[in-house]
Amino acid sequence: MIPPSYAIRNILKHKVTSTLTVAGITLVVFVFAGSMMLSNGLNETLVATGHPENVTVIRKSSQTEVQSIISYDQAQIIKSSPEIAKDSDGNPLYANEVYVLISLPKRKSGEEANIVVRGISEKSMAVRPNVKLIEGRMWQDPGSEIIAGVSAAERYKGCAVGEKVRFGSRDWTVVGIFEAGGTGYESEIWCDIIQAADAFRRPVYSSLTLRLADTTQFAAFKERIENDPRVPLEIKREKDYYAAQSRTISTFINITGTVISFIFSLGAIVGAMITMYAAVANRTKEIGTLRALGFSRFSILTTFLFEALLISAIGGAFGVLAAYFLNFVRISTTNWDTFSEIAFNFNLSPEIALTAVIFALVMGFVGGFLPAVRASRLQIIESLRA
Amino acid sequence: MKVLKLITRNAGRHKLRTILTVLGLALAVMAFGLIRTFIDAWYAGARASAPDRLVTRHAVSIIFTLPIAYKEQILQVEGVKDITFGSWFGGIYIDPKNFFAQFAVEPESFFRVYPEYIVPPDQMQAFLQDRRGVIAGQGLVDRFGWKVGDQISLIGTIYPGDWQFVIRGIYQGSNPDIDETAFVFNYDYIDERMKQESPGRAGEIGWYILKIDDPSRAAEISSRIDARFDNSRAETRTETEKEFALSFIAMSDAIIIGLRIISYLIIGVIFLVLANTMAMAARERVSENAFMRTLGFRGYHLVGLILGESLVIAAMGGIAGMILLYLVGTGVGVALSQFFPGFAINPATYLLALITAVLIGIAASIFPIVRALRINIVDGLRVVD
Repeated sequence: MIPPSYAIRNILKHKVTSTLTVAGITLVVFVFAGSMMLSNGLNETLVATGHPENVTVIRKSSQTEVQSIISYDQAQIIKSSPEIAKDSDGNPLYANEVYVLISLPKRKSGEEANIVVRGISEKSMAVRPNVKLIEGRMWQDPGSEIIAGVSAAERYKGCAVGEKVRFGSRDWTVVGIFEAGGTGYESEIWCDIIQAADAFRRPVYSSLTLRLADTTQFAAFKERIENDPRVPLEIKREKDYYAAQSRTISTFINITGTVISFIFSLGAIVGAMITMYAAVANRTKEIGTLRALGFSRFSILTTFLFEALLISAIGGAFGVLAAYFLNFVRISTTNWDTFSEIAFNFNLSPEIALTAVIFALVMGFVGGFLPAVRASRLQIIESLRA
Repeated sequence: MKVLKLITRNAGRHKLRTILTVLGLALAVMAFGLIRTFIDAWYAGARASAPDRLVTRHAVSIIFTLPIAYKEQILQVEGVKDITFGSWFGGIYIDPKNFFAQFAVEPESFFRVYPEYIVPPDQMQAFLQDRRGVIAGQGLVDRFGWKVGDQISLIGTIYPGDWQFVIRGIYQGSNPDIDETAFVFNYDYIDERMKQESPGRAGEIGWYILKIDDPSRAAEISSRIDARFDNSRAETRTETEKEFALSFIAMSDAIIIGLRIISYLIIGVIFLVLANTMAMAARERVSENAFMRTLGFRGYHLVGLILGESLVIAAMGGIAGMILLYLVGTGVGVALSQFFPGFAINPATYLLALITAVLIGIAASIFPIVRALRINIVDGLRVVD
């Protein structure tokens, strides 16, 4: 076999060409990995928003909390279910909430976006243990004070501690900022449910969140409630409820990203082909010599293919490295399933990094194969004469 | 003329390489054009808006409804000629995947305010006489293979229960920017059921669309309408139809920005492919260039030759890319028309793609030119590859 150092030295010899080819593959891998990181980031944020032991109750076929309406009578029936876990004081771990969207101007652009206002009840914090106040305090006067999620506070005018926002014909002062482990709640404003019901004239609940004493009883609980004609409600695991909300936009990003990366990769493959064909043409004499020395056609083929794969692997590694820095980029977009804005980070997972490098290697293989075949087919005599 | 011949001969010296380069450029130019067109299509709703139409919605956000009683009050505002209203229905057709927009509207006034939705008169008559009648867009009808007379059943997400509709007519847009995927039906159908099942929600609509007599007075009329409902149970927010459409687009601006960034990165790929080819040509021709200079060709001759070759390849790639863009873009437009209206290639996109290719032709020749000029004749002649 021809030693691998032969291929490495060849790459190093043609610095300009190698750099340009590597750069092309880097760009493509960057875009490919970036689009996957985007949909992964959104997914992770929404999946993490659901607590594995929580159950979400919304009105039948309403899809999301925005559209859901649950009457106080219906909620009472759910609240009295014996399956619900009790806290240390013997009260059920059950929270009823009002969920509305309001449009507020963003700090940066001044453009308005829809933000969630969640009217929370006594046990809302208890069923969401990852929510912690990190600045300020909880409201003392629920009629005029609210708390905001850390990413809502960053993005919207009037949502930092001490600032005022107006909604529901009232001015509210933000008195605290909460963190929720990077979940969707961080993009929300929370206030007292009685005040929210009054300010928005919504004498109903949007959703109920509860914890089951025994999570293995989920299926039985779901069946019992959904077959109860008094309550036209739907029972979902909170994790599934939130995971489903990323479906439309993740699918959109995945399809768009894949189509763009595919077309994009054709450009990079052509670039690799040009480089490898030139490498073969420049080294016709060398190839003849190698053949004369006794190296087989197969080892010529593999050494050129190896060179192409090496170039694409370097490009792939650089592309993933560049994409890694996207991890620090936070973006926000309207989630088409809920119509509210959500902030999330690009998220590079080991699977994405691996897929991106494999994608790079495939580009190198496709681009390098034909030139390598040409190299292996050269006739000894003619190539030595070239 | 001789120079041109030399340039084309040079470009044709490595036929395979030149063909590959042109192919690479063409693919990238096409991708660039497709992304641009995709972004343009996003704005189709804003382009389709009329300057003499205003939209009045609830001041807090679009999910809150307005009383139907506002209709008469808005009509009294001076400058308002006509008014209609709509509500988002949000029903599920068999599966949530089959998403399309459904609007509950006031039948007669809706098609009066939106003359760009063209419905055959007999179908319109049938629609007006059937409380459960629907006028659906051509694209939507094609997507599901519906025809006039078909029964359609939707599951309500906002308005609970099962809802039965009958397709009474099919509309077409008067221009390509008009959305042909909407499902429009009579508001009375849902209002009647709301009166029985949840009276608190009856008589509430999503938004008003008003026609004004003079587009230049839009701002003034808007603020007079909003002032009228200040401090009332439901405060309003009135803006032009275009602003209303743009506010929806702005909600997804992160995605549009992402697409724009990708379109610039594609330009980067075009550049890398062409620069690579030109750098190879430069390397191969070091001694040849030195030889030409001993024959009396000057530096600017070499500049012209190299730049010319780069431009010839770039232009071929650009033109091939435009042809590909036309073919693929038209195909994609037809394939997407049922879901995504307004996917049509703007002539400016072709021009932009060609200009980009030419600029890249210039940029890609810089390095080889510098290299050709810097090397002195003796060194150049001494080079052995």
